[in-house]
Amino acid sequence: MTTRDIFLAEAAKRILITDGAFGTEIQNWKLSEADYAGDLGLGHDQKGNNDILALTKPDVPAAIHRAYFEAGADIAETNTFSANSISQADYGAEHLVREINYESAKLARSIADEFQARDGRPRFVAGAIGPTNKTLSLSPDVNDPGFREIDFDYLKGVYREQTDALLDGGADFVLIETVFDTLNAKAGIMAALDAGRDRGRDVPIMLSMTLTDLSGRNLSGHTVEAFWHAVRHAKPLTIGLNCSFGAEQLRPHIRTLSEICDTLIMVYPNAGLPNELGAYDEAPATTAGLVYEWAGAGQVNVLGGCCGSTPAHIAAIAERVKGVAPRVIPTPPVRTRLAGLEPFTMAA
Amino acid sequence: MTTSSSTQFVNIGERTNVTGSAAFKKMIMAGDYARAVEVARQQVENGAQVVDVNMDEGLLDAHHAMTTFLKLIAAEPDIARVPIMIDSSKWSVIEAGLKCVSGKPIVNSISMKEGEAQFLEQARLCMAYGAAVVVMAFDEVGQADTKARKVEICERAYKLLMTIGFPPEDIIFDPNVFAVATGIEEHNNYGVDFIEACREIKARCPHVHISGGLSNLSFSFRGNEPVRRAMHSVFLYHAIPAGMDMGIVNAGQLDVYDTIDPELRIACEDVILNRDPEAGDRLVALAEKFRGTDAVAEKQAAEWRSLDVTKRLEYALVKGIDAHVVDDTEEARAAIAARGGRPIEVIEGPLMDGMNVVGDLFGSGKMFLPQVVKSARVMKKAVAHLLPFIEAEKAAGSRAKGRVIMATVKGDVHDIGKNIVGVVLQCNGFEVVDLGVMVPWAKIIEAANENDADMIGLSGLITPSLDEMVTVAEEMQRAEMRMPLLIGGATTSKVHTALRIAPAYDGPVVHVLDASRAVGVATTLVSDTQRDPYVADIAAEYQKVRDARAGKGQNDLLPLAEARGRGFVADMMLKAPAPNRPGVHVFDDWDLEDLRHYIDWTPFFRAWELAGNFPAILDDAIVGESARSLYADAQAMLDRIVAEKWLTARGVAALWPCRRDGDDVVLDEGARLPFLRQQIAKREGRANMCLADFIDPAGDWIGGFAVGIHGIEPHLATFKASHDDYNDILLKALADRLAEAFAERLHAHVRTDLWGYAQGEQLTNEALIREQYRGIRPAPGYPACPEHSLKRTLFDLLDAEAKVGIELTESFAMLPTAAVSGFYFGHAQAEYFGVARIGEDQVSDYAARRGVDIAQATRWLRPNLD
Repeated sequence: MTTRDIFLAEAAKRILITDGAFGTEIQNWKLSEADYAGDLGLGHDQKGNNDILALTKPDVPAAIHRAYFEAGADIAETNTFSANSISQADYGAEHLVREINYESAKLARSIADEFQARDGRPRFVAGAIGPTNKTLSLSPDVNDPGFREIDFDYLKGVYREQTDALLDGGADFVLIETVFDTLNAKAGIMAALDAGRDRGRDVPIMLSMTLTDLSGRNLSGHTVEAFWHAVRHAKPLTIGLNCSFGAEQLRPHIRTLSEICDTLIMVYPNAGLPNELGAYDEAPATTAGLVYEWAGAGQVNVLGGCCGSTPAHIAAIAERVKGVAPRVIPTPPVRTRLAGLEPFTMAA
Repeated sequence: MTTSSSTQFVNIGERTNVTGSAAFKKMIMAGDYARAVEVARQQVENGAQVVDVNMDEGLLDAHHAMTTFLKLIAAEPDIARVPIMIDSSKWSVIEAGLKCVSGKPIVNSISMKEGEAQFLEQARLCMAYGAAVVVMAFDEVGQADTKARKVEICERAYKLLMTIGFPPEDIIFDPNVFAVATGIEEHNNYGVDFIEACREIKARCPHVHISGGLSNLSFSFRGNEPVRRAMHSVFLYHAIPAGMDMGIVNAGQLDVYDTIDPELRIACEDVILNRDPEAGDRLVALAEKFRGTDAVAEKQAAEWRSLDVTKRLEYALVKGIDAHVVDDTEEARAAIAARGGRPIEVIEGPLMDGMNVVGDLFGSGKMFLPQVVKSARVMKKAVAHLLPFIEAEKAAGSRAKGRVIMATVKGDVHDIGKNIVGVVLQCNGFEVVDLGVMVPWAKIIEAANENDADMIGLSGLITPSLDEMVTVAEEMQRAEMRMPLLIGGATTSKVHTALRIAPAYDGPVVHVLDASRAVGVATTLVSDTQRDPYVADIAAEYQKVRDARAGKGQNDLLPLAEARGRGFVADMMLKAPAPNRPGVHVFDDWDLEDLRHYIDWTPFFRAWELAGNFPAILDDAIVGESARSLYADAQAMLDRIVAEKWLTARGVAALWPCRRDGDDVVLDEGARLPFLRQQIAKREGRANMCLADFIDPAGDWIGGFAVGIHGIEPHLATFKASHDDYNDILLKALADRLAEAFAERLHAHVRTDLWGYAQGEQLTNEALIREQYRGIRPAPGYPACPEHSLKRTLFDLLDAEAKVGIELTESFAMLPTAAVSGFYFGHAQAEYFGVARIGEDQVSDYAARRGVDIAQATRWLRPNLD
């Protein structure tokens, strides 16, 4: 069986659990500049470069992965959200992109193996690929709407570098997450498809969109349904939403995706909305109660947390949805499904 | 307007194509991208569902022009909302375009011209970029011309694409529209070849679509626009039913099939369908007559401008001509104003008439979507002209009657109907907050709360909107709203509203059939006195719809034992006390003057097929006049009935001690009343009801009654004799109403006096009609105890035949026909429900309890079985 098959088989049995936030967990360690920088001898300040800890302080991401597995997670997402050459350039660490991703995937895989060996339950590693801080769809210059800072092929190359390193390090899937720009995601998909072609094997893709307004669009303006039409060719293992708002605000959009997508639905919302100090107050039981609603309605296959979530949140979610039947993947009628910012479905 | 095949035709805008539009080419050549973007915006505004972008021009850097333009329109949400068609004969230009377009675009086009390997490589890339693709019927030999070649090439391409896993639904074949009537004999059959190929390709290649560029067809008639337009329309009229479902079409290049000069239309048809070898020559000869449009078109133009204003408006709507519509609308308005009419009459009269013609033509496939969109634009202009007058009229009146939030739901862009309703409401003193089209539920709810609205009106034309309306209802429920929700639009229906939307929302949900009803509904819903009875009526009506549907087997049935386990658990602290005056009470002659005040008039009007609720019906825009006249006649007849004592109201009521035994109620004197239990699987927390649930097993009371209106026959005979059907029906209808009024009146007497559990009850007739009292009076044969034969038991207990002269036929119908009977339940939690569909297990159980064989029970319970 391929990893895709194993994952699908597990997902048919129960609602799977992915992990929670890394950023807010790392903050708890109150790391110093020296902790981050290690002995890499980089010119830039490294404080806040969470991803580089894989090289300088691997005990920290290792402990967080362990905590999430202990809480009941089936999936570990690598600590590589910003481990791409565009984002790492801000830290002067773009030459370390391959190493960071490779080591992060290897670390996550080894801890996953450790837990898998304990109880025989399969554990998966999703290689996390963030959106970068550049966009293919929008101009940063309001006076020149046709201008773009980067182009498709360049971004595809950036993603390819990260994808290859994650796969080489042992990641099972490529998780293109927090998609605020649909065209960025399409470049990421193409990089993953190319990587799969060059390796002569299936590289399962997980896709997770993030909403920037309550009407259910991402920053590039796509509705969730238009997004699905635009990325369906990736044959994603999972599709869903992360970050955005709290679970409460995501509800109608989860429902939409659940009805139209003929693949697994994965959702990992923030633990509510941040308070005025930027901290997340939502109690684990509250988050668990909100996501349980989707589980009870048969709308989800994989649940987890994003910003502000903790191992306690993941444990509460895992406990709450235990025994709840997972969503059954629907078979929508064959239709030509196109999209601009909005979906367009042709009659049969 | 939804059934025609033309509704499925996807209209691709072609104005942003340098090979098709000289004006656009000029802009691009001059680098005037700002204006070029406006062209794209107009196309989308005018109804293009997909925008085709083509920069293939020898003097242009097509690569640069394509990417520049695509990036610019990506920044315009009004344009970028629709899918893009990246159109080039150069693959490199197409691929550059794919790198700039998010969403899922269409590539136009690839083919096997350079062989299979290249074709498949390009197809793979289209797949990897996430694009659908137009495949030209073109192979290594050349472009497909005959039907056989078109079919052969498309089928070969299809099979190749299947080998690489290309989604079949993402394939759009372009089997080449070629010029006809060129004078070359081999070309004569090109129209037929295309049309027949469409049919064959669709049959052989499941899920694909077929597209084509129309302008080639009429290439021979360059410069003769009337003939070209006619040819395009005739061609589509035949190609769409054959399977062509997409096309690069300029709405301005089409005529309405039915309005084409018959001589020209037949000539075009002969050419396109290749009916005889001389057809081309005939069209060429005839074409001269239509050339230049000058003579003919101007004559036509002059002709239609000289029609009367009503006809001019119709013509403008059908033709989609907005040049004179404001003047014509103003003329119509002034004319109506001059005779004391109101500005709204222009909309209700000539404009709606014209739109109906458009609707009929569209529905019968003789008009196409782009033209309908143009018609709508003309309509909007006319309405816009009228709005200030309508507003002024409103301002002259009092403050707004109520505030209505209106929206076409998410996923739907149709707003003509909604706008008309909005206008009609505004004309009638409502303030309308129109949220436009594609409105997500969150925005609707937000607007309703922010504006302190009185109701929400949802509109939609396409079927998916139905589900979206359910979502809105669910979200309103979730937001704990209670304001009325009005549902309208072509695919909406009372049945869907009753089955799907109303159950999702506890507030009132009303399906509004058409614009003319909207005012009546809205007025009633903001009325202090009429709202509640109306809402109760609607709820009851929808319950009937649900009951009717419940028998159709959509819902699962619970086993009887399980249904019993989920029965209603009544709080027996709330049962009614022992009656003041138990036993049987007979009333030989109840005062008719007293009863007439208890009449519920709404069903009376319904009996006359006048839709609407009393008293609002008297002011109804459509039937108000008839209703008023009918009501006056009814009152006059009632005066005579009372004064001349035409009729006699006789009734009996009884109260018996009893106890519950399972689903039976057993009277102390021994009689057993078996009731039926709901078996439809319900949501958690909803009980499977049975009337026995309202009776205490430890001892309780139940009542029974029968009332009838006697003495009608001699009067009917008189009317019959004078061939006066009107008064004959009127009297029967009034007798029915009096019987119902008597049942209501007697029930009140029982509650306040005979049983006496509600001695202080003080209710208006409206409150009685909407059953705002404690206790129920379900009748055998009605939803809560649907089995008619129980009436026999009831009548025996009441001794109704002897005491009040009401007889039962062998099929348990009552005589006189104006009669009502039923049981009284006094428990405070007692309520009406419908038993609906039951299972075989309950049939046999019921047969045993009733002491009849299963065949008999099955006959009696037939309406509640599958």
